[in-house]
Amino acid sequence: MNKNRHTPDLKGFNRRRFLQGLIGGTGLSVISPLSFAADTEKASFANAPSVLVDVTRCIGCRACMRACKNANDLPNNTDLSEGFPISWDRQELRFDQWTVVNPETGLNADSVEVTRNIKSQCMHCLEPTCVSVCPVGALTKSELGPILYNADRCIGCRYCIMACPFDIPKYEWHSGLSPVVGKCQFCTRNRLSQGQLPACVESCPTGALKFGRRDTLLFEAKTRIDTHPERYINHIYGEKEAGGTAWLYMSDVPFENLGFKSSVETAPMPPLTWEVLSKIPILAGAMAGLFGTLAWTLNRQEKSE
Amino acid sequence: MNGWIFIILCTASLIWTCLCLVYDKRPRLLKPITAITILLIWGAALLTLFRRFTGGLGAVAGVNDAAPWGLWIGADVFAGVALAAGGFVIAATVHIFRIERFKPILRPTVLTAFLGYVLVAVALFIDIGRPLSWWHPLVMWQDHSIMFEVTWCVILYTTVLAIETSPPLLERLGLTKVLKVIRASTIPVVIAGVILSTMHQSSLGSLYLIVPGKLYGLWYSPLLPVFFLISAVAGGMCVVIVESYFSAKILKRGLESYIMTSLGRAASIILFIYLIIKLADLAVRGHWDLILEQNLQSRMFLLEMGGGVALPALLLAFRRFRHMPRGLLAASILVMAGIVLNRVNVSWIGMSVTDHLHYYPTWMEIALSLGFFTAGTIIFFLAVHFLPIFERSEEELPESTPKESAAEVVPA
Repeated sequence: MNKNRHTPDLKGFNRRRFLQGLIGGTGLSVISPLSFAADTEKASFANAPSVLVDVTRCIGCRACMRACKNANDLPNNTDLSEGFPISWDRQELRFDQWTVVNPETGLNADSVEVTRNIKSQCMHCLEPTCVSVCPVGALTKSELGPILYNADRCIGCRYCIMACPFDIPKYEWHSGLSPVVGKCQFCTRNRLSQGQLPACVESCPTGALKFGRRDTLLFEAKTRIDTHPERYINHIYGEKEAGGTAWLYMSDVPFENLGFKSSVETAPMPPLTWEVLSKIPILAGAMAGLFGTLAWTLNRQEKSE
Repeated sequence: MNGWIFIILCTASLIWTCLCLVYDKRPRLLKPITAITILLIWGAALLTLFRRFTGGLGAVAGVNDAAPWGLWIGADVFAGVALAAGGFVIAATVHIFRIERFKPILRPTVLTAFLGYVLVAVALFIDIGRPLSWWHPLVMWQDHSIMFEVTWCVILYTTVLAIETSPPLLERLGLTKVLKVIRASTIPVVIAGVILSTMHQSSLGSLYLIVPGKLYGLWYSPLLPVFFLISAVAGGMCVVIVESYFSAKILKRGLESYIMTSLGRAASIILFIYLIIKLADLAVRGHWDLILEQNLQSRMFLLEMGGGVALPALLLAFRRFRHMPRGLLAASILVMAGIVLNRVNVSWIGMSVTDHLHYYPTWMEIALSLGFFTAGTIIFFLAVHFLPIFERSEEELPESTPKESAAEVVPA
């Protein structure tokens, strides 16, 4: 039995440890094909810190929202600090509100209208769009895996907000000269690095949120689906969306009926622009050669006439 | 609401001024009314600027988390850059392809492009949230970002345009030594300008390659960069026609009609190519049915492609139509409007997946845009008044009569 599955060992989240695990032939290699090892970049995806959200277990108490605000020094400008019972108004992600839980009503597999509580926050893509579009590297993928934002670099162009396939980053619209982009940081700097769980996971009273390595959690999710096929739909949201995300969702109601974005492509986004960008030097060189020759030839022709 | 009435009145007044010029009517009130309108627009623009820098973008613009890019990006930056494409097209035509008969319009066109790019830079400075950090992309490289590439290209190309625009000023100041250096480096500078323009004109389209799940099927295509480039070339040419027409009216000088008609013809050919690729692309991606769907997106698409591309392309294809100055002007304005509509559709209408729009521009956004437009126009005519833009210096005169064989060559 792999101990990571039950006790999150944060110091274990590095590539070497993972590869050792592979060679050691733990049970993990069954669910993480060996082809991963060929691509070291991909290999790090398997041990990315992740959270599995079991939508069927969430009771919508919003304790995670309050914990997030406290852990990240975000203003408690809602009545969330008052303890239970808390406001049941619909809450939106904002630059200073990095996670929200809202009840969503939709048809389940038997076409019965049901309500489920859906937590939203940054999905922490394995191949993040926001990191690839940011012109100044204000958004980076940290060594551990989570996507971090650095306001000191940001110029406020908002391309990340426009490009995010999950519409997560939010902007401080009412700051004159120093607005920030706000989104979940996975508690990387303030908690993960000190071996603590993300605040939301720690606060969850029902086990709807489970922290662990991505491959472990995927295995766990698939096991839950296999053992209780009547209790879940066979779709782990985030396993393939946008090339895979660190946050994984399982549910008994089809995700698109619960307001999840179903239009998200399964291929990672960054190659879409990189395919064009990487060809630009060659194209520019070719154009320089072509136009240079043309101008020179026509110029000489004119002079000799 | 009062703001919108103000905007409508100002726009109507500007249109009236243009119509007076087109129909050679000079009522006594033309000058004072135009001047007052422009001053009022500038007043509103300054007010907008003040509120933008004190209260943030949210205080003046309709942009929000669901629609982070508004009209200042879609119309001022995207369309502004596209409409300033005449600079590199005409510079390439004259200096690389050596079609000398376009030389008389080279200086005004390059000046227009330069002013256009300066205004785009100012618009970006206002729109980015942390304008004081505008220089970050120059130092903090992130070469996987299209935005990074666009920033570099726009900064470098504005520099190129500054060099290309400088001869009239240097002539006026009598700095012959500097002038010599600039003249000697003309061809490399023009080639650099063409490369930089090709890169960033197309890259503005590439910005949207990353949102396949968000941009509506009528506009999302792997060919977006190609569409942006081709449409900018046609649009840039039509701006030259419109700008020459009004310069001739205001400065009471002759119109180089032989240049204008061949520009019109070239624009027509390019627009037809654009139309064909666009329709073929829709067919290949199996999105023809989206055109027939009765929604906002399909209507805007039909307006853009029908009124801004197909109609002017068809009109300009007729020789007799091209030779009517007002006809040529009207068709060119349609092309310009089509470009603006295309950029607005991509950045706004197409990014709203349903009929429900996440963003509506405020009157202040329009006021600032009108402020940019009028300021650019005024600076253009001030420059023309003080510098030898239209009067050709002796060196600039074509040595031989234009070759008719090269008459209808379309710059690539």
